[in-house]
Amino acid sequence: MTIVTEKINLTPELKKEAEKLMLRYPDKTAALIPVLHLVQGKFGFVSVELEEQVAELMGLSRTRVHGVLTFYTMFNRKPVGKYLVQVCTNISCTLNGAEETLKKVKQKLGIGVGETTTDNKFTLMTVECLGSCGTAPVMQINDDYYENLTEQKIDEIFDKLN
Amino acid sequence: MAEIKILTKNIDVPDQDRIDVYMCGGGYEAARKVLNEYMPEAVIEEVKKSGLRGRGGAGFPAGMKWSFVPKESKLPKYLCCNADEGEPGTFKDRLLMEKDPHLLVEGIIITCFAIGIHTAFIYIRGEYVKEAEILQRAVDEAYQKGFLGNVIFGKNFNLDVIVHRGAGAYICGEETGLIESLEGKRGEPRLKPPFPAIVGAFQGPTVVNNVETLCNIPHIMEKGGEWYGAIGPERNTGTRLFAVSGHVNRPGIFELTLDVTARELIYDYAGGISGGRKLKAVVPGGSSSPCLRADEIDVQMSFDALMKVGSMAGSGAVIVMDETVCIPKIALRSLEFYAHESCGQCTPCREGVPWMMKIARRIVNGEGEKGDVDLMLEICENILGRTLCPLGDAAAMPTKGYLTKFREEFEEHIRMKKCKVQSA
Ligand SMILES: Cc1cc2nc3c(=O)[nH]c(=O)nc-3n(C[C@H](O)[C@H](O)[C@H](O)COP(=O)(O)O)c2cc1C
Ligand code: SF4
Ligand code: FES
Repeated sequence: MTIVTEKINLTPELKKEAEKLMLRYPDKTAALIPVLHLVQGKFGFVSVELEEQVAELMGLSRTRVHGVLTFYTMFNRKPVGKYLVQVCTNISCTLNGAEETLKKVKQKLGIGVGETTTDNKFTLMTVECLGSCGTAPVMQINDDYYENLTEQKIDEIFDKLN
Repeated sequence: MAEIKILTKNIDVPDQDRIDVYMCGGGYEAARKVLNEYMPEAVIEEVKKSGLRGRGGAGFPAGMKWSFVPKESKLPKYLCCNADEGEPGTFKDRLLMEKDPHLLVEGIIITCFAIGIHTAFIYIRGEYVKEAEILQRAVDEAYQKGFLGNVIFGKNFNLDVIVHRGAGAYICGEETGLIESLEGKRGEPRLKPPFPAIVGAFQGPTVVNNVETLCNIPHIMEKGGEWYGAIGPERNTGTRLFAVSGHVNRPGIFELTLDVTARELIYDYAGGISGGRKLKAVVPGGSSSPCLRADEIDVQMSFDALMKVGSMAGSGAVIVMDETVCIPKIALRSLEFYAHESCGQCTPCREGVPWMMKIARRIVNGEGEKGDVDLMLEICENILGRTLCPLGDAAAMPTKGYLTKFREEFEEHIRMKKCKVQSA
């Protein structure tokens, strides 16, 4: 079997948008995190190639871009599933049953934490406090919060996404 | 104790996030008045008079912080609104940004006018995608009305506001970590001094204020510093948004004056302990604050009163734990969080916190050893006050609290090699 690795590049539109972001700041390098969000929004993750291209576009060293990329938990350096599922396990969620929530989600998806389903649909992660502790337990799927989770609700949420 | 609605007065008004609705309720009148009738110094004086203390964690008087910024500066000055809301248990800024974003924008306008700032950043945690969108729309609306940009309210004053998303790192809530992150770097805190008020973002003098702090400003300027200063106990003025979570019947946000006691907050406002169970412990000011035992909850939730009993008011996040909770397990969860979030610049934090985490883990797993509690306490002492930023303390203080207030529970785990609470 041959593995086809599609080369992904920053498109001209993306570059233009990135340049617009750079103009917002007193120092254009301050746009690094917004630019990385932009790139990840487009490709789902920031590969080594993309990392290099961002560095070049912004006039930064690769080390600087790599250092930033690895510091922040929201940046993926590897592809993730179509849906990134993040279950909060911090204190308030734990008090309200986050362990059971996580168990249920694992069961439902048939994967463990840090894994992706074989159809590349779901990646499961745990996450620290999402700032939604009054409606615990909570999980985030891509940009959306799902609060006051119960077993039934979890079933419904994933049945809808499937 | 009093329930006074200042910050949440309009929170339930439909479409309050749209500028026309906000203005119908008198929105932007305070900013208009200030820009037309006040000298910048007079605004700072008014905020000083109000006694307003920062709602982000440290409780530092806002007016005093502003007065540290040099009036004349060669480099531009900046305001960073801290919307990182990362302290576990805290979910109040999210409510303000989602429901009343123009209140924040108006607070930013007045603050920048007072300090002579022409660029403000709202640093919002990356996970708050919706809230960032709502804020951006509010900022766009304010530009359209001429409340941001050049010649604001017809005055010779210009201001730009930039909504900047973080990307998942608790340490970026710390003010110098935030500044580093804003500059597009790893969020590693800076050595202080120099303080941000002198050398901050892009080397310019910078004020960092929490969302809730800034949302108080329009109200203070509308009704006066004296009015605000007369609300609640002396030196602990105004109201704050207490975010209550954990084992209560009605978790949520309660805006109250700071003389409310922990007992009143839990039983009168948050509806008491769920399932009619007994209270075991309360974390009064976010996960970094040492817990209170059930027999300590008659304390007022003010900065000074909580400090006096050895805890802190922090971010106003109240986490309630009932009798079924295993304290060593909570201590472990807390340590796992801080170990994960340590930026690694200083040895006591980088090494000490994960070490305590490992000890806590073996205690929870029934493999604790005699002397573990004292060992952990010793590590706490070696962290406290010995790190670059307060994250080290933020990990050690609550741990020390759990260990000393529930020492017997830890010792029992070690002796019996299991959790008595959870196997009961
Ligand atoms: C580790 C750490 C995390 C913090 N996180 C936040 C935060 O998420 N939001 C916030 O407003 N302040 C946070 N703070 C406090 C800030 O450093 C700073 O004191 C505050 O933003 C100042 O605003 P204020 O004076 O209006 O409270 C944090 C502090 C530390 C040490
Ligand atoms: S105390 Fe911890 S988080 Fe703060 S600077 Fe030192 S290592 Fe980093
Ligand atoms: S603890 Fe889960 S959202 Fe705060």
